[in-house]
Amino acid sequence: MERGPINHAAGGRKRGAPAARKARAVHAVLIAGAVLMIFPFVWMILTSFKSIGESVQIPPTFLPNTWLMDGYREVTRVLPFGKLYFNTLALIFFRIVCAVVFSSMAGFAFAKLQFPLKRLLFFLVLSQLMLPIQIFIIPQYVMLSKLKQLNTLFALVFPGLVSAFGTFFLRQFYLSLPNDLSEAAKLDGCNIGQTFLRILFPLTRTALMALGVFTAVFAYSDMMWPLIVNMNIDKMTLSAGINSLRGQFTTQYPTIMAGSTLAMAPMMVIYLLFQRQFIEGIALTGTKA
Amino acid sequence: MTASPVQRDLRISKARNKNEWLWAYLLIAPTIIGLGALNVYPFFDSLYTSLLKSQGLGPTKFIGLQNYAKMFGSAEIWRTTLNTLWYVVLTVPVGVFLALVLAALLNTKIRGRDLYRGIYFLPMVVAPAAIAMVWRWIFNAENGILNQALLMLGIVGPKWLSDPNTALAACAAVGVWSSVGYDLVLILAGLQSISSTYYEASEIDGANWAQQFFRITVPLISPTLFFVILMRMMNSIKQFDTIFMLVKPENPAFKSTATLMVIFFREAFEKFNKGYASAVVVWSMVIIGAITAVQFVAEKKLVYYE
Repeated sequence: MERGPINHAAGGRKRGAPAARKARAVHAVLIAGAVLMIFPFVWMILTSFKSIGESVQIPPTFLPNTWLMDGYREVTRVLPFGKLYFNTLALIFFRIVCAVVFSSMAGFAFAKLQFPLKRLLFFLVLSQLMLPIQIFIIPQYVMLSKLKQLNTLFALVFPGLVSAFGTFFLRQFYLSLPNDLSEAAKLDGCNIGQTFLRILFPLTRTALMALGVFTAVFAYSDMMWPLIVNMNIDKMTLSAGINSLRGQFTTQYPTIMAGSTLAMAPMMVIYLLFQRQFIEGIALTGTKA
Repeated sequence: MTASPVQRDLRISKARNKNEWLWAYLLIAPTIIGLGALNVYPFFDSLYTSLLKSQGLGPTKFIGLQNYAKMFGSAEIWRTTLNTLWYVVLTVPVGVFLALVLAALLNTKIRGRDLYRGIYFLPMVVAPAAIAMVWRWIFNAENGILNQALLMLGIVGPKWLSDPNTALAACAAVGVWSSVGYDLVLILAGLQSISSTYYEASEIDGANWAQQFFRITVPLISPTLFFVILMRMMNSIKQFDTIFMLVKPENPAFKSTATLMVIFFREAFEKFNKGYASAVVVWSMVIIGAITAVQFVAEKKLVYYE
């Protein structure tokens, strides 16, 4: 019995050393991975400040010899970045508003109300989620061209006017809210609309944040749709806009990298500021769906 | 006057029901109308268009299954289908495995966990167009940093993106690099919901790290893993932007990298063959449906629900 604690201490020390070694090994793996993840962005930014000559120099330099703004001057001359930023922001804004408003309404109704044809209508929502969006694209394009709405902001927002994903996701969230709440509200004399707007809707803030992040990330990165409906450079988004750089500047990498840096900057800044909300939002959309 | 209390209650509840229906239809109206116009009608219209000869602005003509006959008779569709499936094979297992391992490493009391997670997630918030630009530069055969680094080790690197043997693998590497953080976040969220009592109990029983990983972590994470694999496979089959941006039609490796969505886009919006393009997209949908069905069968056998 007397030797017990001593043994334990010795064992603890022995266990301590491998644990520290294990932690170091884990960090080594994670850091190597992190370097791989960050390097392309660092390289993009560093290249954007080099001269064309320096960018193709062999052996390559890591930091620019002199930090030049030529790439940025050139790329902002050929691409209307102000308009690209505006279009992208407007696209994201309207898609989020539509997704939040319409999906909240429908998500609440599907979760908390009973009505005829509910299952069939909900099946409609689910089937949209199962199908590849490309099956809708040609007819959507034809509709817009018949409405004479190509090359407009409306065209960019069009497929996102309603969100099947948002409806499904928010329905799951409303289902998780206790029914006692709506019953208490009913006893207090709230009608269904008031119960929804005043009692339940405010409780979905986390889910709405998550849906907003999800919608923003995918609207921002979507390229096929903006390329299809908006050929006019003044009406393009960042994604589609920098695609046009490739043809013009095949070998002028500092210019292309400057364009890419400008295209990634706004979302990157928002991400760095709200990293936790971003990641938790994405995790929530993934685990609920 | 003569109505019994029961009848009165029934009448009230009927009125209440009607009221509830009205509210429900009002609330779902925008979504249902929107889905009808933006998805239901386009879905059937695409099916119908695949039976039409519809080129450019010219008149359309019903031609039955001729688009399909032409499509399945062409070498292009089979090559593209194979490219697409190859891309899935090259990205999904590696990507999900890496995400699982990284998530398991991060699911400890390790310092800097949020920082690591934030870094791995970075590519998700950058437009694929910008990502493709920098990877084209890194993969550039003469001046790209990758081949320059290899040269220092005495290795002459391949022309990554213009050699038919390496181009699809290079695209897949970019694909994995882009998506690993997203999968990691989802898997990590799943791991964090596993109760620590399982690990504590197994530690008392003397289980080592590998035993814990395969006996506890993998079974309990299998529903999340199933979802991640399903979603990743869908996205890989529908892969468009990365490959579209990395390999242009004039690139000698174009044939060996073009996926179904790349030729769909070209047929529909560069050659304006709407009928044929619709046939291509219907074929893609069939493949996606088949793979989903297989996965759901596999789910019953492999996924463990608590």
